[in-house]
Amino acid sequence: MAVFEGKKHPDLAQTFNADVERVDWHDETLWWVRKKRDRAAYNILDWELLRNTASAIKDDVLSNLHSYLQHFEAKAIKNGITVHWASDAAEHNQIVHSILTESKISLINKSKSMLTEECHLNEFLKKNGVNVIDTDLGERIVQLAEEPPSHIVLPCIHKKKEEIGELFHEHLGTPKGESNPQALAAVARTHLREVFLTRNAVITGVNFAIAETGEFVVCTNEGNADMGAHLADVHIACMGIEKILPKRKHLAVVLRLLARSATGQPITTYSSHFAKPRGGQHMHIVLVDNGRTRQLSRPDFRNSLKCIRCGACMNTCPVYRRSGGHSYHNAIAGPIGSILAPNLDMKEYSDLPFASTLCGSCSNVCPVKIDIHTQLYKWRQVIVKEGYSTKGKSAGMNVMNFTLSSPNVYNMAGKAGRWFLKNVPFAVNNPLNPWSKQRDMPAPPEQSFKEWYKRNRGK
Amino acid sequence: MKVGLFVPCYVDQFYPNAAKASLELLEKLGVDVHYPLKQTCCGQPMANSGYEHLTKECNELFIDNFSGFDYIVSPSGSCTLHIKEHLHSDKNENSATGIRNIVYELTEFLTDVLKVDKLNSHFPHKVGLHQSCHGQRGLMLSQMTELNAPYFSKPEFLLKMVDGLELVDLDRQDECCGFGGTFCVAEEAVSVKMGQDRVQDHIRNGAEYITAGDMSCLMHMEGVLNRQKSGVKVLHIAEILNAG
Ligand code: SF4
Repeated sequence: MAVFEGKKHPDLAQTFNADVERVDWHDETLWWVRKKRDRAAYNILDWELLRNTASAIKDDVLSNLHSYLQHFEAKAIKNGITVHWASDAAEHNQIVHSILTESKISLINKSKSMLTEECHLNEFLKKNGVNVIDTDLGERIVQLAEEPPSHIVLPCIHKKKEEIGELFHEHLGTPKGESNPQALAAVARTHLREVFLTRNAVITGVNFAIAETGEFVVCTNEGNADMGAHLADVHIACMGIEKILPKRKHLAVVLRLLARSATGQPITTYSSHFAKPRGGQHMHIVLVDNGRTRQLSRPDFRNSLKCIRCGACMNTCPVYRRSGGHSYHNAIAGPIGSILAPNLDMKEYSDLPFASTLCGSCSNVCPVKIDIHTQLYKWRQVIVKEGYSTKGKSAGMNVMNFTLSSPNVYNMAGKAGRWFLKNVPFAVNNPLNPWSKQRDMPAPPEQSFKEWYKRNRGK
Repeated sequence: MKVGLFVPCYVDQFYPNAAKASLELLEKLGVDVHYPLKQTCCGQPMANSGYEHLTKECNELFIDNFSGFDYIVSPSGSCTLHIKEHLHSDKNENSATGIRNIVYELTEFLTDVLKVDKLNSHFPHKVGLHQSCHGQRGLMLSQMTELNAPYFSKPEFLLKMVDGLELVDLDRQDECCGFGGTFCVAEEAVSVKMGQDRVQDHIRNGAEYITAGDMSCLMHMEGVLNRQKSGVKVLHIAEILNAG
């Protein structure tokens, strides 16, 4: 994305960390959401069983994706929905644009859809003369700021209320200095009502699509998808092909998990089922691949497609909380973004699998049990093998390996600590070593354990 | 019972006291401990950086050093986990599998194999326990707050046997300290912030010492503490269990 000027995660995260107050507040806010999620999870006796069940449902979906998709398509067509297939982001954007052109519509509203972010639909439509207004409040805020969302569930979590007040003052005419969330929300409501009443087409995302019935489910807390869809003559729903569920009854599992994992709520305020167009309305579904079948063909990474986009892995991630969503320079940030993005562009996103300590908290909160941190480790191996690591890093690793794989070289590398200070990347004893910027180096001891052992227990 | 002591490279080089305490503690408990002199490293620093393919020689060396023991014990959750998950051999996969099955982190060896129920140690201080992620989430030495499952903690179980020791409660029981191997320099800003936040939690709750089963986390937190000129110290859990 152009806004990031080719910068990588460490630099972008460093910039975010320049404002300590913001980092602390970002960390604490998301930790609070994580704790709400914990309380919701602890309150369900069978929580872990529920996760296992959801994981199994999604495994089945991935193994039988083509037949579920065909089922879904047949049912949806029968229901009067027009179904489109897009192999990549460009085709998806073209399809949406051509539907709008045919309907002679150039003003539309859109509820939250990470897929359209992934495809950069807004930018494409804008270039082609279509005006889009995002109706999810958080998304509207980042849209006014001309920024991408920084979180898949909480798009403007990186913004303080004063900054939002400033944006509203500039764009929606609120009094200068007004930052009371309630006052701002009231103004936003009036503004969005106007949007709903005057715009004839809506784009929504899809949380789940049911093969058995040909219907799709959209979950929101603000009801904005419904407000947008109920008044629109044209409804375009955009979904990744992995969003399929075999049967309606499977919603009983995933809907229980989604909102609890996301925010700690028992369920989203609105879980709206769209099965067929109203009389006179045109309803379209665009089924998008955009790299998903490629990911499906990678045995180590395919189950990343089980994701239901709850955001729990971001809220729990100690790195995400302290680096902000934009530091991942991808539509989907955080741990899940870091295992999805390299599939889209390995070079561009070669930094992301390394933006983790592999602490494993993400895999533990994931409601569909994706082994996120294991995949981060595996992506690192792939990225190095494919040649996307730097020469300097490879040279360092070879030196380290040379010493470590030979006891003689290791033992002769010198007195305690000396070898270490020369060869281990985080310990290299020079003033440029980032270790020493904000941390002291450990003092080398008189003798290593090995030297002590030889002297005291020598056999 | 013949036990091979595996001392990670950075513990050997920088924190010999943690290794000495592990050795002495096991000896006190009547274990026949051997330290193979040709050991170097488990290969994790390379593997976690994406260079697992370079670790073949380290693996063979590890197998040479640690064949013929009933158990292999290491005062590091992280290195133990690496061996358990990634030790393989082109020459002798059977030996590698055997080793993967008998390698234990120190505290789990004490609780699960030796079934220790009392220690003659004395450490009259307020101590904060840092749950190292690889030990906790990887080896499951303690229950993880993300899961809806009964609480337990092997290192805490042992620390509670230490006379005079007072464990402090933390605001965030099992948050990562931000060390992460090469992460600590590649992602300096976030790593340091994580370290600062972690030590602050211990300080805020009155800890005089921060302990853990992994010296790498402690090295990182010690670096932060010393830069802040804090009086709070770090000690490997073996040094506390062996104290007094
Ligand atoms: S990977 Fe799991 S935790 Fe993360 S957003 Fe997807 S479903 Fe939620």
